[in-house]
Amino acid sequence: MNGIFNLQQIINSIQLGSIYALISIGYTLVYGIIKLINFAHGDFYMIGAYAAYFAVMFSVARKEHPNVIIVLIISMTAGAIVAFLSNRIAYRPLRYKPRLSALITAIGVSMFLEYTSSAIPVIGPSYRAFPQSQLIPEKTYHVLGAVLTNYQIVNVIIAVVLMIVLTYIVQYTKIGMAMRASAQDKDAARLMGIDIEKVIDFTFIIGGALAGAAGLLTGITYPRINPYMGIIPGLKAFIAAVLGGIGSVPGAMLGSYIMGFAEVFGMAINSILGEGIAYAILILVLIFLPQGILGKKTGEKV
Amino acid sequence: MRRKRLAVMLVALLLVAALFSTVLTGCGGNSKQASEKKAEPIKIGAVAPVTGPAATYGKSTKQGYEMALEEWNAKGGVLGRKVEMIFEDDKADPTEAANAFSKLINDNHVVAIVGSVTSSCSLAGAPIAQRAGVPMITPTSTNPKVTEQGDYIFRACFIDPFQGTVAAKFVYDNLKARKAGVIYDVGQDYNTGLAEFFKKGFEKLGGQVVAYEGYPDGTTDFNAQLTKILDAKPDVIYCPNYYNDDGLIAKQARSLGFTGPIVGGDGWDSPDLVKIGGDAVNNCYFTNHFSKDDKRPEVQNFVSKYTSKYGEAPDALAALGYDAMNIMLTAIQNAGSTDGAKIKDALKNIDYQGVTGHIKFDANRNPIKSAVILKIENGKQVYVTTINP
Repeated sequence: MNGIFNLQQIINSIQLGSIYALISIGYTLVYGIIKLINFAHGDFYMIGAYAAYFAVMFSVARKEHPNVIIVLIISMTAGAIVAFLSNRIAYRPLRYKPRLSALITAIGVSMFLEYTSSAIPVIGPSYRAFPQSQLIPEKTYHVLGAVLTNYQIVNVIIAVVLMIVLTYIVQYTKIGMAMRASAQDKDAARLMGIDIEKVIDFTFIIGGALAGAAGLLTGITYPRINPYMGIIPGLKAFIAAVLGGIGSVPGAMLGSYIMGFAEVFGMAINSILGEGIAYAILILVLIFLPQGILGKKTGEKV
Repeated sequence: MRRKRLAVMLVALLLVAALFSTVLTGCGGNSKQASEKKAEPIKIGAVAPVTGPAATYGKSTKQGYEMALEEWNAKGGVLGRKVEMIFEDDKADPTEAANAFSKLINDNHVVAIVGSVTSSCSLAGAPIAQRAGVPMITPTSTNPKVTEQGDYIFRACFIDPFQGTVAAKFVYDNLKARKAGVIYDVGQDYNTGLAEFFKKGFEKLGGQVVAYEGYPDGTTDFNAQLTKILDAKPDVIYCPNYYNDDGLIAKQARSLGFTGPIVGGDGWDSPDLVKIGGDAVNNCYFTNHFSKDDKRPEVQNFVSKYTSKYGEAPDALAALGYDAMNIMLTAIQNAGSTDGAKIKDALKNIDYQGVTGHIKFDANRNPIKSAVILKIENGKQVYVTTINP
């Protein structure tokens, strides 16, 4: 297990990448359709983590064993509801206004969610310990000299299953087709009888649900939550989405795993320069592929 | 230049306003008003992070301040006047701390400041207090740079070189470890200071620091650094960070298969450490200022009073908050005045028997005192030993 490139670090990277992937998909979906960088997306993730926290605490208080699937559904629902409401209340009135206004609104929604939750006494501004072991007791497995925890396995399984479901929805269902059509050309899609607002609602719901799931997974793996926990992962997932080609779902997934690997191996090479190394990769990729790795080339419109 | 002129105009305006108000009160002036002024409470500024990433530190420290203050007021106050505490929350954010210090000095006109808790916040506040000539004592900021900000800045706790060196000595002599890995937050003065002095001390004793890894503020995944540290096969991991990181780091280190002791500094002293870390923080040690199992009467008296008042046993931060407030009020009493310069001189010569030890200041306004080593066993802190400077 010596050297920088070892199996343990690969496992670490996949785990980190899976969490970024669930968040970055939401960014990319919303951007693909309404060209809005939804900065509040990281906060949907925070909401998901708190929903999971309260769900677990509630069943523990009733002396029941919390069920992971039910908790997952609760955190996804919470993320989806907040995402839906943010869209209806804050973004929809600005739909045909200058894009900058919507962007600033997104930052406003983000701060609103952070500061409001820290002002609510039951959430509060301080760190809370996520009841990780009450939800799933930890087990470790030794594989070829590396250590794997059941949290990491659950993490990756849930992330991969959700990504498969999402790909199915986008590629093979009617609403998925409508989403792709709206992403290509909103006006043409409307002329074809697609209710754009419904598609946008649906996109926010899916993005919010995925972010909520990521919140739960983070709570399980890194059992510490607070209202500002979404800022940094949100930013990194956004970068991952840009890296993969914003607007492209497979691109967001790929970008997230690249970010996970770059960060972990950057840290392994030099822990103080680590983040710097990760972002240097990002800059290099964007110099040569400005549209991102899987992004569509767009010519300058004349 | 323009700003300077504006400032001059503002000062002039304020002077005129002040003149007017004294003239006006002078007109209606009678002896009754003068005596009322004399009986006005002495205002002490207090700063601690009661919310944010260091919230439990702030809460404990604030309770320590309050208890000391109540005891003084029950005895009739300082210089025959009641003492009033004006409290500001800095959220462990240096910018908020700087605002809090400015507000206390400029708006509330406090005579002295007790605070803040984290080193980065005290470093932000100290230059403001120094410039205004307001004496300040930080209860808990252990970074050496804090008191280097000027001769009005004091502290009630020992400093990082001492704490890091004591940890190195303990790890080498008592735990018999020869190889240590270090993981620390590169964004905090406290953490980097401790890590540095531990490394120096441990290598001087003949030990070897096999891995020295940093992480940025706000990290939740420490697996990359820990994997690297564990590859170097250390006997001990030194983890001088704040409790909410320490718990997570311990947990991830244990998941990766590390069973040896993890050693930290006074930043470990929080009830939330065990909540986040769970079983992972068992077999861990940390250096601290105070142990509630200390048999000295001052300590036992403080512990019983605090426990009955707040329904929880005091941690080191509560003890330091209590001592810091007591030192400041004793200095005001000794100075016989609320004048900043006089309080500062009284602080320099203070000789105070506190719950965290006997306190006298050295030439750099740092106290000379001992450290205790605590161990975490089944989620409880157990006293191990005391190490003298």
